Amino acid sequence: MKDKDDIQKMPAERPGDIIGDVTEGEYKYGFVTDVETDVIPVGLSEEVVRLISQKKNEPEWLLEFRLKAYRHWLTLTPPKWGHLRMPDIDFQAISYYAAPGKKKVPGSLDEIDPEIRDTFNKLGIPLEEQKALSGMAVDAVMDSVSVKTTHREALAEKGIIFCSISEAVKDYPDLVKKYLGSVVSYKDNFYAALNSAVFSDGSFVYIPKGVRCPMELSTYFRINASGTGQFERTLIVADDDSYVSYLEGCTAPMRDENQLHAAIVEIVVEDRAEVKYSTVQNWYAGDAQGRGGVYNLVTKRGLCRGDYSKLSWTQVETGSAITWKYPSCVLAGRGATGEFYSVAVTRNYQQADTGTKMIHLAPDTRSTIVSKGISAGHSENSYRGLVKVTPAAEGARNYTQCDSLLLGSDCGAHTFPYIDVMNPSAIVEHEATTSKISEDQLFYCNQRGIPTEEAVGLIVNGYAKEVMNKLPMEFAVEAQRLLQITLEGSVG
Amino acid sequence: MSALTQYLNVYRDSAPRFDANSAPALNALRPAALSALESAGRLPDRTDEGFEKTSVEEMFAPDFGLNPDRVAIAADIAATFRCDVPNLSSLLGLVVNDRFVPSATLLKNLPQGVTVCSLRRAALEMPSLVEEFYGRLAPVGLPGVALNSLLLQDGVFIHVPAGVRLERPVQLVNIFSAEFPFMAPRRILLVAGRGSEVSVLKCDHSQRSDTHYLSSEVVEIFAGEDARVGWYDLEESSPATARYCQVFARQEARSALNACVATLSNGNTRNEFSVEVAGDGCETHLNGLAIGADGEHVDNNTRVRHSSCRSNSSQLFKYVLDGESTGAFEGEIEVCHGARFNEAYQSNRNILASISARMHSKPRLLIYNDDVKCSHGATTGQLDAKALFYMQARGIPLAEARRMLMQAFLMDVVDGIGLEPLRDRLRHMVERRFAGEAASCRSCAAARDCHAE
Repeated sequence: MKDKDDIQKMPAERPGDIIGDVTEGEYKYGFVTDVETDVIPVGLSEEVVRLISQKKNEPEWLLEFRLKAYRHWLTLTPPKWGHLRMPDIDFQAISYYAAPGKKKVPGSLDEIDPEIRDTFNKLGIPLEEQKALSGMAVDAVMDSVSVKTTHREALAEKGIIFCSISEAVKDYPDLVKKYLGSVVSYKDNFYAALNSAVFSDGSFVYIPKGVRCPMELSTYFRINASGTGQFERTLIVADDDSYVSYLEGCTAPMRDENQLHAAIVEIVVEDRAEVKYSTVQNWYAGDAQGRGGVYNLVTKRGLCRGDYSKLSWTQVETGSAITWKYPSCVLAGRGATGEFYSVAVTRNYQQADTGTKMIHLAPDTRSTIVSKGISAGHSENSYRGLVKVTPAAEGARNYTQCDSLLLGSDCGAHTFPYIDVMNPSAIVEHEATTSKISEDQLFYCNQRGIPTEEAVGLIVNGYAKEVMNKLPMEFAVEAQRLLQITLEGSVG
Repeated sequence: MSALTQYLNVYRDSAPRFDANSAPALNALRPAALSALESAGRLPDRTDEGFEKTSVEEMFAPDFGLNPDRVAIAADIAATFRCDVPNLSSLLGLVVNDRFVPSATLLKNLPQGVTVCSLRRAALEMPSLVEEFYGRLAPVGLPGVALNSLLLQDGVFIHVPAGVRLERPVQLVNIFSAEFPFMAPRRILLVAGRGSEVSVLKCDHSQRSDTHYLSSEVVEIFAGEDARVGWYDLEESSPATARYCQVFARQEARSALNACVATLSNGNTRNEFSVEVAGDGCETHLNGLAIGADGEHVDNNTRVRHSSCRSNSSQLFKYVLDGESTGAFEGEIEVCHGARFNEAYQSNRNILASISARMHSKPRLLIYNDDVKCSHGATTGQLDAKALFYMQARGIPLAEARRMLMQAFLMDVVDGIGLEPLRDRLRHMVERRFAGEAASCRSCAAARDCHAE
């Protein structure tokens, strides 16, 4: 039998090894697909914006939109307020358009370049027939141009539109024109202006009145070509009494230089409609020394315009060298509900400054924020969130909980909530805790024969469960796996 | 043009006058302050992180008078001084604008070795002691501190040597007295030696309620090893008074700091606290309460930085905002790399009592170590409807029930105060404040025996 001292030492010594494992875990999706790509020269100018628009055969109004955004972007400087150490990005050293070599839009699965298909297979995207049977409609994005969308026909029967933005511009110009930029204006911020000027592709979803989307809609983003940024744009419109659950997943192959990813997601939710937006983000995070990795600088916002509408953001963030995103809800309809559930894991030299904004504009609006941060290695993980209750938001209610878990003594966990209340009938609550894994809990597990490594996994899983439970079934499995890969060695 | 320009111009025009009426130890900081301000070019405004709700630029923008020649300005003490604390036998001193006037009690009862005097006098009589501490905690790189250091001519110096326990609290009464808009740079240097004990009660008043005053105050508190320091700051000024008060404290091993700031009535107030917990095993309590009415504005900004091990800190700030008042709270806990076994808590609770009151709250945690327990919480809401109903059902009128609940809400801040008479007094003042009476009290006999130094 071990003496008391030995037992007490165990938990203290073992986490060191686990953290070593965690921080040294290699990125599993690091491969490059050798596809012929059509890349325009680096640099950004009005000509480049025109060229992108021309390559995509866009109508005049969209070119105008891009040019206005570009001209506004020229007047802006990159924001510096994040708790991030970010080297200056040379925006003239990036190529703003990369499309897979084949110009023809594939009509069936067989027409897709086998290499791309293999890439998606490695990522486990259910693009193949048997996987499509699992009930997912997939709009796969590879370097800007949407390659193939499955299940389109099934959706079309219900009047649901699910296609790439470029197709939508051609087929449904009125809808796109009406909603594009209505939630995230090109004047919103530096990266939003940049995206509006050069966005290449993305997804468009329209759910008609009273329709409940029968399946989860899903998009996989993937940055492939070296030295290209990805600027996709997602626009989701849920008309009265409709429902849709939308999944976004990302994996990116290993690259040495940093890649820029500045996306915009806009969501419009009408009367009594509900949108559930789930993200699993696993862009390349850089190696153990902090070299390389994706800069994920994203503007995501939903406008709950209708009465009693509901928007729910769920995110599992494990990747990216730098994450800078604040999925927000503008609660403009009476009784609208906004939700934000997030698990953000950082390790090595990753940095994340992420959170949400809940802007209560109408009476009886409610919002819930649950944010769980896990930091390991030398990483920095910050929660930054705004809860704003305007004078008109009578009876607004917010509950915020943000917890941070620290694995290792060199990492940082920070919380920056901004709470602005302008209505006395509002009830706003914020709670935050920061701690490491409790030694009591570890000891308890050890005592019952669970090795420390498994115990850490158990505790982390339990810690993140509140958020994981909010993910759709298919996604929860992948998210769980991702969490396991990220905390390799610590999760049994 | 920045509000800063007028101050820089005044200083450049009459730098020798500032120097002549001060002391070399204080003058020594001016060149660094001037160059810091010149390179900053302006004072913080709402575009700066941390100043979202309070623009220092605007606070300093009006054309205030300065008194570089230190012309004596009389003060009607009896009419102004309204915060007598019964049963509190204190060592009283007045600060009229920026001039320190000790009371007879203070001069008579000061224990051997303890210094409570004007900063200028201290800087002239014991320059090495003042130089050792003056400007060591307040970084001159901050525009507020730089401007204060540039224009400062006098202040208060409190020095309690090692092992001395000061039984009676030191009470400083800041009074604004001028017939015209006036700005006073104020400074307090509080040094508590190893194992000493001292409490300071400071209250701010304005003589005329319709004249604009601006107080730029910098406080430096040094708590030596095992020292126990109490810092209680009460503001009872006028709607036309602006106050920018920056407190910097440093705690050595096993020291305790209990600080409380109560804003009972004011105009535009910005308080900043920066506490560096530098030694192991310290205890820090930083509390505040604010009652806002009409157009009052209260902004408290706190920062507790743990760079050592095994310390505890707690922060509790409560606001009750009525009328069109606005409140802001920004608090930060930082636990540095290698600072283990610390426990730090922060709480901000607010009640909005009217439709046009506003509250902005930004509690923050910056944690660079895994062996910590930290939490913060913030709530903003209204009075509990059930509690109000319960009280009304028992025959208490609505208005009174509301008042009782609001008082009760603020009481846990008052209960944290270390001086019992002050605790009772503050409880009473809060009560009266809610009753709608100005918290004026009997003229204080102690105040009358103050002598010009």
